[in-house]
Amino acid sequence: MSGAELTIGPILFHWSADKKRDFYFRIADEAPVDTVYIGEVICSKRAPFFEPYYDEVAERLTRAGKKIVFSSLAEIMLPREQKMTKGLCELEEYEVEANDAAALYHLRGKPHRVGQYFNVYNEDTMAHLTSQGAVHFTVPSELPKEALSVLSNKAEELNVGLEVQVYGRTGLALSARCYHARSHNRAQDNCQFVCEEDPDGMELKTLDGKPFLSVNGIQTLSHTCLNLMHEVNEMQGMGITHFRLSPHSHDMVSVARAFRAVLDKDCAADEGVKKLEQAGFKGTFSRGFYHGNPGYAWKTA
Amino acid sequence: MNDHDAIRPELVCPAGTPASLRTAVDAGADAVYCGFQNATNARNFAGLNFTPEEMETSVLYAHEHGAKVLLAANTFPPAGKTGLWKEAVDTAVGFGIDAIIVADIGVANYVKTQYPDQRLHLSVQAGAPSVEAIKYYCEEFGVRRVVLPRILTIPEITVLKKEIPCEIECFIFGNHGLMAEGRCSLTNYVTGLSTNMDGVCSPASHVKYEEDTKRNLTTRLGDFTIDCFSCTQNPGYPTICKGRYLAPHKQEGYYAFEEPISLNLARLLPELVKAGVHAFKIEGRQRSRAYVREVVSSWRKAVDDMMDGQDVELAHLLSLTEGHKQTQGAYENKRWR
Amino acid sequence: MAIAFEEAESHISNGKTPLSAFLRPALAPFPLFILQPVLRRIVRHIAHTRPELFNRIGPHKDKLFLIDPVNLPFVLVLQAHPDTPLLRAYRRRKAPRTDAQIAGTFLTLLDMVDGHLDGDALFFTRELHIEGDTEAVVCLRNALDDLEGSVAEDTASLFGPPGRQALKVLRKIRNHE
Repeated sequence: MSGAELTIGPILFHWSADKKRDFYFRIADEAPVDTVYIGEVICSKRAPFFEPYYDEVAERLTRAGKKIVFSSLAEIMLPREQKMTKGLCELEEYEVEANDAAALYHLRGKPHRVGQYFNVYNEDTMAHLTSQGAVHFTVPSELPKEALSVLSNKAEELNVGLEVQVYGRTGLALSARCYHARSHNRAQDNCQFVCEEDPDGMELKTLDGKPFLSVNGIQTLSHTCLNLMHEVNEMQGMGITHFRLSPHSHDMVSVARAFRAVLDKDCAADEGVKKLEQAGFKGTFSRGFYHGNPGYAWKTA
Repeated sequence: MNDHDAIRPELVCPAGTPASLRTAVDAGADAVYCGFQNATNARNFAGLNFTPEEMETSVLYAHEHGAKVLLAANTFPPAGKTGLWKEAVDTAVGFGIDAIIVADIGVANYVKTQYPDQRLHLSVQAGAPSVEAIKYYCEEFGVRRVVLPRILTIPEITVLKKEIPCEIECFIFGNHGLMAEGRCSLTNYVTGLSTNMDGVCSPASHVKYEEDTKRNLTTRLGDFTIDCFSCTQNPGYPTICKGRYLAPHKQEGYYAFEEPISLNLARLLPELVKAGVHAFKIEGRQRSRAYVREVVSSWRKAVDDMMDGQDVELAHLLSLTEGHKQTQGAYENKRWR
Repeated sequence: MAIAFEEAESHISNGKTPLSAFLRPALAPFPLFILQPVLRRIVRHIAHTRPELFNRIGPHKDKLFLIDPVNLPFVLVLQAHPDTPLLRAYRRRKAPRTDAQIAGTFLTLLDMVDGHLDGDALFFTRELHIEGDTEAVVCLRNALDDLEGSVAEDTASLFGPPGRQALKVLRKIRNHE
């Protein structure tokens, strides 16, 4: 293990089952990533569509040498969601990533991961969760580099993995209300899966036409795409072990290759960014949180 | 309601300043909640909150008048800065605080290990809306009361009460939010100040108002326009999740997340007590003292009337949120989900 | 002045005339130099009897606030510094540069110093217009709110029974009795 691995985060959006399967097959065959997170994180209504494909996708990824982790729902409220989570937490063959305290309730005592929707902001929280069986942490995206540095030291001391998202739209808020449905004057219960129309989230602009946020069901994401390509070497130096690429509908294999090249120091960050731009993302990059600036900012000064 | 087995619910009231605390206590609060003048609490605004000296005298005042004081230490210390939160806990415990309201696991663990007898409440900021989530915190840290996120219905609360080992506190009055508490970095995205780590939400330091020649008012937070009001409309505070935005199929501005409305559960009072709610929480540490006095004394009367078997005077309670559209939120049913 | 207020009260509560109709003529020819010592006395009294107000202003104690009672023929400049408190009247066009500006009718401004204005309502109401350092204004409002009684009461008391009577009338007009 080189100590700097790439991961593919769970698909946040409502892609068709076929599209997801094809995505995972391509990742398996072509992407230089270590771990792939699968599972439904945002909306329990979406989950049944992909269930029939789990086995073949898991098999293909495993054969390609990729580690599989199941991510749990970020918000667990309904009885069916509690049942779904409990079932997930009983999986023996794969590690489970907890995004909510309800999942932790079931996972305590056996090895598990903690995801970026669970508030691990400091070393004390990390230590407590580790004592309960957590072996790997993906931390919230709003943490600045000074905090990440302290967390890396702690992770090393505790011998647990530390993962940070470095690419993709950032989750900014979760809710009990589905904002996709709301925009079509529906409620979550009769949404007719409108979220499928927006494979990268539904764009929200301010009243004066400035792109601002992105809606994905109960989740609100940034409009800008996080891009820490200039920072990954520094993060490696800190001791961060895993770098998460959050999937979008453009060419994630190219994105992974570009990050891999920069991590391996085969290519400078500026060049890597050019490769990213060729991957098909149309929009603006940002990296404010890492530098203690407003999240949408790109300039570091 | 004349059921002598029913618990008399505690009225938990906001105290933004020492004067507000005294006002709330004098108006009949059973408990008041407040914070220190720093990032350790989720209402970290300029000119609000308590110095350690003020906290000490306030605790004395409240206790002398038979009221409890709860410390809000409900934000998330970023790595490397946990000392401030520990200091807040140490100071408050030293003053005889009745309970500490926490959200962060590290802080909860600190209270539990350093002060095993200290009563711990779980903040709405911990985002624990399910049985298992609540049991997790109760079992791990000995949490004695959970403040429910504002998204459960009365039938759900009834069921929950039977399955959890701790008391339930729920919001009955005040500003209403549907974003999951403790999981929002919208403010940080726009301003660079964090709700979770700095205790601010759409901070005044980044608010801008611009009026054009036709008296249309545009409200901004940082570089982003949050809303625009014609000359006949009353402007609102530019909270990001209460703004109006454009979507691809919605080319006139709409409330993408929620409308600015106010919670008022006056009508549901007896049902909430029957459901097993132990304490009622009134929101509003930023409100004026006059408001606090009026709201607390109205609710005091309402709860007392109800427990004595008399009718609750609804009209007056409902009029307290005049000017804002009222809602009973999720409490009645989940039609809006 | 007190008699004028009583008259005003009966006219205003009968819906006959706005407050400004009485204040303007009463104050229009007012040479500001008469106001200055009165204002000085007020602010020093408050600084002396209400140290908590000035402590609470804390980080904003060096800021200059422009308070503009739009229906009166002058503006006020306030600096809530615990050691060097300042309150001065200026003609509207001659006011110095300030960090924050609060404009509103006399009665709305009264609400703010009398503990009747919410932190949120500062922005909800069209009756108050705030510009410049918004955080400083919120801090001022929060500091004013943290007082037993109110600055309005303290100020009125400085002028004895007529002052207290005038405040009583104003509060009635505002429905804050």
